[in-house]
Parts: sequence; C-alpha cells; structure tokens
Amino acid sequence: MTAWLHQHRDALLLALRRLTATPLNTLLSLLAIGIALALPAGGQMLVGNALQLAKNAAPAPQISVFLSLEASRQTASEVEARLTRHPGIRSLRFVAKEDTLARMKSAEGLADVIEVLPRNPFPDAFVVDPKDEAPAAMEDLARELKKLPRVEHVQLDSAWVRRLDALLKLGRTGVMLLAALLGVGLVAITFNTIRLQVLTQRAEIDVSRLLGATDSYIRRPFLYLGTLQGLLGGVAAWAIVWAATLWLRAPIGDLAQLYNLSFTLHPLDAADSATLLGLAAALGWGGAALSLRQHLRDA
Amino acid sequence: MIRFQHVSKRYPPGIDALSDLSFEIAPGELAVIAGHSGAGKSTLLKLVAAMERPTGGVVLVNGQNVGALKRAAIPYLRRNLGLVVQDQKLLFDRNVFENVMLPLSIAGFPPREASRRVRAALDKVGLLEREKALPIALSGGEQQRLAIARAVVNRPNLLLVDEPTAHLDPDTARDVAQIFRDFHQVGVTVVIATYDSPLFAGARRIVLDHGKLAAAS
Repeated sequence: MTAWLHQHRDALLLALRRLTATPLNTLLSLLAIGIALALPAGGQMLVGNALQLAKNAAPAPQISVFLSLEASRQTASEVEARLTRHPGIRSLRFVAKEDTLARMKSAEGLADVIEVLPRNPFPDAFVVDPKDEAPAAMEDLARELKKLPRVEHVQLDSAWVRRLDALLKLGRTGVMLLAALLGVGLVAITFNTIRLQVLTQRAEIDVSRLLGATDSYIRRPFLYLGTLQGLLGGVAAWAIVWAATLWLRAPIGDLAQLYNLSFTLHPLDAADSATLLGLAAALGWGGAALSLRQHLRDA
Repeated sequence: MIRFQHVSKRYPPGIDALSDLSFEIAPGELAVIAGHSGAGKSTLLKLVAAMERPTGGVVLVNGQNVGALKRAAIPYLRRNLGLVVQDQKLLFDRNVFENVMLPLSIAGFPPREASRRVRAALDKVGLLEREKALPIALSGGEQQRLAIARAVVNRPNLLLVDEPTAHLDPDTARDVAQIFRDFHQVGVTVVIATYDSPLFAGARRIVLDHGKLAAAS
C-alpha cells in the first residue's frame, strides 16, 4: 500500500518536473487549453446569469385584462365581481385609468405627448393572477376572459418569459455543443503533448522496461502529466472567465439600470467551476491514455 | 540456472543469429560467452532477458520458459536479473544516485530502505563519493561501474553482462572485471559476453562461432 502510494507520488513529481522542464511549451499548451475551455465556460456563465435575471425579473406570470375605453366605473365593478367569482383566478388587482395616466405622465419623455392628447387614452384594467400557471391553462383562461362583456383586450404577460425560456434553452444547448467540440480539442492537444513526451522520454522508457517496469509504471507519469495539463488548463479557463466577468460587470450593470433592473454579473458558481475543472482533468487523462495506447504499444 | 535446449534465433530475412544451441549454466557459476563479433553473444543474452524470443527451441531461466512468457510477466523476470547492456543505457538527465535508484523505484521499494541499498551498491563499485554527479561528468570506467551498480542494486541472483570492457583501457578493464569476480564470489551467477575472455581467466567458457556452439569448458 505504501509502495503504491510512493510510486504514485514519484510519478506525480516526475510529471511536474517534466512540465516545468519546458516552461514555454507548457505555458503555450495551457494557454491554448485555457482559451478553448473559456468559450463554453464563459457561455455557461452568461446563461447562468441570464437564468438568474429571468427568475428575478419575472416573478409570477400574470394576465392583463383591458376594458374598452367607454366602459364606465359601474361596468368595471360588474366585471370585477365576475372575475372575483371565477374559479380559475387566485387574486386580481384593479388599475384605474386615472392611475395609469398619472403613472405615465411621471415617466420621462411621455408627459409632453400625453399632455397634448384630448382625453385619457388609457382604459381601466385588471391584473389577474391565475391559479394554474401552466402556459396552456393560462391561454385557455385568457381566451375565456376575452369573451366577457366590455373586455377589449387580454394580454398574457407570460409570453416573453416563455420566449426567454426557449432562448435560454437554446443558449444552454449551444454551450453544450461548444463544450463537446472544444473538449475534443483538449483531447487532441493532450494527445500531441504526450506523443512528444513519449518521443523525448524514449531513453527512459527503454531503460525502465529493461529494469523490469510494468506497463502501468511507465504510463503513470504520462497520465499524470496529461491530467495535470488538463486541470491547469481548466484553471486558466476559469481565470479567463473570472477576469471577463469582472470586466463586463460594470457595463452590464449600467445596461440593466436602464431597464430598471438591479443586476450584478456573477462568475461561475461552485458547481460549474467544479464541473469545469473535473471535466478538464478527465479529458486530459483521456487524451493521454489514447496517446499512450497509440505510441507506447511496442516501446 | 540457465538452460538452452536446441535454441535458434533467426532474424528476417533469414539471418541465423543462433542455431541449434544447447548448453547449461549452473547456479553460482561465472561463465564467459566468447566469440568473434557477430557470433551471437548479445543475442544469447537478449534471449535470457526476454528482450528477444527464440524462433526455435526452449530457453529456461530458473526453470521458467522465458520464450513463452506472457508480456505482462516479463517485468517480474527482469527484476530478478541484473542487466548490464553494451551501451549502458544510463539516464543522462539524472544523477548517479537517481540512476541507481530507478530499479528500486520500479520494484516499489520504500524510499529509506532503497536509499540504503543504493549507497551500498555505489560503495561496492567505488562511486559513493560521486552520487550527486551527472553521468556525463563520469569517465568511461566510472560510467561502466554506474551501470553495474544499477544492475546489482536489487540484489539479483543472476547477472547478465554484455561487453563490459569495450572502450576501457587495460587497467580500468581489470578493475571492472574484478568487480564481477567479487559478485561471483558471494554466490551470484554471472554470465559475461566478451571478446576479451582472457580477462576472466578461470571462468567457464562458452565459445560461439557464427551462432553455433564451437567449444564449451
């Protein structure tokens, strides 16, 4: 058991020594892996932030019910009574047309426009929280509400949420595709590194064989080297994404401010970071194993 | 210890390095494989160490048919032999101590015990003072001693040596030859392939001529 541990420690030290023996080569390989992995990792970071934003910005899906402009306050009360009794509605809020007018007047740029209008262009409205928030159920409810007398227009406020949801799903698929492609790239880089290493260490491999080294003894330092290179490349990718996050934070914060959203761009969370490093190390190991199978066969 | 039974080795395209070779070396013997260059001395040693497989006949080492060994079993055979090859195959990016340490790391020795054995082996060949030196800084004789220290560090009972005195001046060659005699004295079976067999006077002689047994004492 201790012999086994010693052999692994020796292999790891040897791998580190070989990595540091050619610092420029190592640095370039790490940079190549880092940049390749930073693309999907960065994508994941953006998608993660967008998901967070969507969750904060769209609390619960609602239905807006607009009455016709001519509807009197009396009519509004009648509609309100019917809505309150409706079994599919959990709660509702009445928005009087005067309130809407006042709110719009206070909005920048709109005050002048509204001032010149001959009369209040806004209708009375209800904001309805449905009991069943499933998109199909909400659409049914909206169709039903539209048939009520004096209801001019019904708007499903969840539509944009669903669009955003679909968009994020697409984004996530894109990230995965990118990750798969660049993962293959990482394997290729490691494959080549290990091929060169096997060529440079040919003498040592031959001598070790003569002295009774098993295949696994000979493979071990190369596997460690591939894994280490992958892992360090993953760390580089993480650092690149982290730096990009800090760099983008202020401009994106400003942009969000314009939409009345308070939003801070966050770097990769712990789970995503662990996945990035784990995958990078595993792919490095895989590339090394493939390369050894190819290049150590008859050495 | 070693028994060849009608062993032949043919390299493509039909060059016979050894043909119908039969002999036996007993445990504890000092044997010299003599013969002209190209007589098949190196090939004979390679067959014993399973670096080559015979194309005919049987090579037995410690009762084990090494020609039929599975690839995965070969490392364990080699750990029980000491091998000094013609071009020495030292690692020039490691110092003397690390070169001798290699067989013990491979066999998985605990470091403390291993260091002790490395120093003992270096002491035996007179290189203890130079354990930090890189092989490139050693003289030809010292490099040969280093190769010997590496071959004996895991205390094999069989030592295979290929042309140990090539490129050495007569005095150094005599010193190196004495080291092998010392190992023979303590009971190690030593098989030496050499063109310079007078150097090992008194040893058992197996003479090859064009891959055939020409004489054996």
